[in-house]
Amino acid sequence: MAALGFSPSDFYYLLPELILTAGALLLLLVNVIVPRRDDLLFGLSMGTLAVSTLVLLSFAGVDIVISRGLLAIDGFALFFKLIFLVSAGLTIMMSAPYLRVEGVRAGEYYFLILCATLGMMFMASGIDLITLFIGLETMAIAFYILAGYLKPSHRSNEAAVKYFLLGAFSLGILLYGMSIVYGMTGSTRLDEIAVALAAQDRSLVLSLGMILLAAGMGFKIAAVPFHMWAPDVYEGAPTPVTAFLSVGSKAASFAMLLRIFIEGLAALTPDWQVVFAFLAVVTMTVGNIAAITQSNMKRMLAYSSIAHAGYVLIGVVAATERGVVAALVYLWVYLFMQLGAFTVITMLRRRDVVGDELKDMSGLFARSPIAAVAMLLFMLSLGGIPPTAGFMGKVWIFGAAIDQGFIWLAVVGVVNSAISLYYYLRVVVFMFFREETTGSEITIGPALATALAVGVVGTILFGIYPQWLFDQAQNAAALFGSTASSAMLR
Amino acid sequence: MLEAAVFYTLAVLILGLGILVISARSAVHSVLFLVVNFLLVAILYVTLSAQFVAVIQVLVYAGGIVVLYLFVVMLVSLKRAPEQHADTRRLGVTGAVLAGAVLLEVIGIVVSGAARSDAPAGARGAGVPEAISDPMLNTEQIGWVLYTEYLIPFEVASMLLLVAMIGAIVLAKKNL
Repeated sequence: MAALGFSPSDFYYLLPELILTAGALLLLLVNVIVPRRDDLLFGLSMGTLAVSTLVLLSFAGVDIVISRGLLAIDGFALFFKLIFLVSAGLTIMMSAPYLRVEGVRAGEYYFLILCATLGMMFMASGIDLITLFIGLETMAIAFYILAGYLKPSHRSNEAAVKYFLLGAFSLGILLYGMSIVYGMTGSTRLDEIAVALAAQDRSLVLSLGMILLAAGMGFKIAAVPFHMWAPDVYEGAPTPVTAFLSVGSKAASFAMLLRIFIEGLAALTPDWQVVFAFLAVVTMTVGNIAAITQSNMKRMLAYSSIAHAGYVLIGVVAATERGVVAALVYLWVYLFMQLGAFTVITMLRRRDVVGDELKDMSGLFARSPIAAVAMLLFMLSLGGIPPTAGFMGKVWIFGAAIDQGFIWLAVVGVVNSAISLYYYLRVVVFMFFREETTGSEITIGPALATALAVGVVGTILFGIYPQWLFDQAQNAAALFGSTASSAMLR
Repeated sequence: MLEAAVFYTLAVLILGLGILVISARSAVHSVLFLVVNFLLVAILYVTLSAQFVAVIQVLVYAGGIVVLYLFVVMLVSLKRAPEQHADTRRLGVTGAVLAGAVLLEVIGIVVSGAARSDAPAGARGAGVPEAISDPMLNTEQIGWVLYTEYLIPFEVASMLLLVAMIGAIVLAKKNL
């Protein structure tokens, strides 16, 4: 142990990541050896995700630090990795029929999805700035390419270039913040940063570093005023990629944000609470108001996704265990409702119809009652109407804020939820009460049907029986921060 | 004394070349000045006994980045004078403000760093490596840390590069 930075058991705890890597590499090989077998690639990537998930679940209850304090295998990481793996699985299910319609090859696409998931997993596990950054980069580069995967489409090209340029810019800001924090504390490890910060007075330079870190992370979670890339990228990227971007990438960025700020910058809590409270208010408000005017479903869901990042930020502001639990619960239920809504939009993509305009939803109930009812459920859940999962997520978030005396923040959140109902219910009006304008039939293949079913079951199950989810999130958050607090005691 | 003389000579040359980079009329000249600038900065690193950083500076900046710049210079139409591309005066003001902000920040860090240097060693965190006495071991030390302490992030970085390579092929190839 003394000489090496790892012990063989480290690789045992990294098994889910190793399986994912091996699966991704195998995918590339198979893609070359047996060309034009997209079904085989689909099965291989789903299998990789499934095996990785199973191995991951066997680590439940583990709480250790590996690789000389660079990675934590704890409940917090487990919870987030589960979000990533499930959303990657649903994304691939959505992608199979979508790619067929678009007529693009699936091999590299699945490879990139798996690599993005790999990066996310390191973002959830990393307790060291360098590890977190490399995870973030792996995820981000995979997403830049995925956003531009539809090469003939100008919108897709625009999305890729915009996302790449703004993403590189935001990474620069983030790195600047990281280097300042490193300079002030002499360590990249979050527990050592926490110890060093507790021992020193606050300074202007340190506040600058904190604000730069918040801005860099703000870009990644698409918080206002760093949200400008989101609508264009969400609209232009292939629909399943948009879904994965809005759920997986956002959850991973929140995992990294919680790690950095709650574990690393614990000594600066009152300072960053102010920053994030401000971000939460403007993010919710601007996101919801901008969503009202959108006529494109993907753009609307982009703004709605911005607003949802604002709700989760309320949980971050609360900065207590309950706040972290609320953020985890919210990101988990958001996975089902958001991916569900994108599954319905993916269904509307047919050979001759793009299907992502609001008017494409017209008469959906007449054409496909199942899809329309499922979409109704997802919209209600996103709006936060009981008895859906979205309601439970919001109750928990606002409860955490009130607990900490941020009553005004909870009020802003509730008002915003009310505003958001307008545009969610408008979709419902289009689906149920408008005549259909486009004639083509909607076919629900087995993959899409499964993805839809998972979304529906998740949205209903966690709405009427949330206790299990609360317990899991509680476990995750209870273990979370233990490395930082034990470092404080040392 | 000799060290100071070398440092100030290098500093003057680096700043002078930096000014030439932004004031040269021809873009190709700018890039060439930049190469020399990068090389001088590499020499500066050597005098600070940071050989590894110096080598990386030459490989990455003088090598890779400059090739990228030359590609851009070749691909972008240079028929028009730079004045027509943008309002240079306003860009100049923005640049001056940004440069001033960075200067202030550097001064702030230096001042606060000087104030902190007499703080007890424990308050500065445990991760600060001791000064490496033998400059020749510099690269060896970095390699040692990279392959032991940071082995796992290092391996993840290899996946990152693979993703970037595959991505470049996916985006550049016409019919995959």
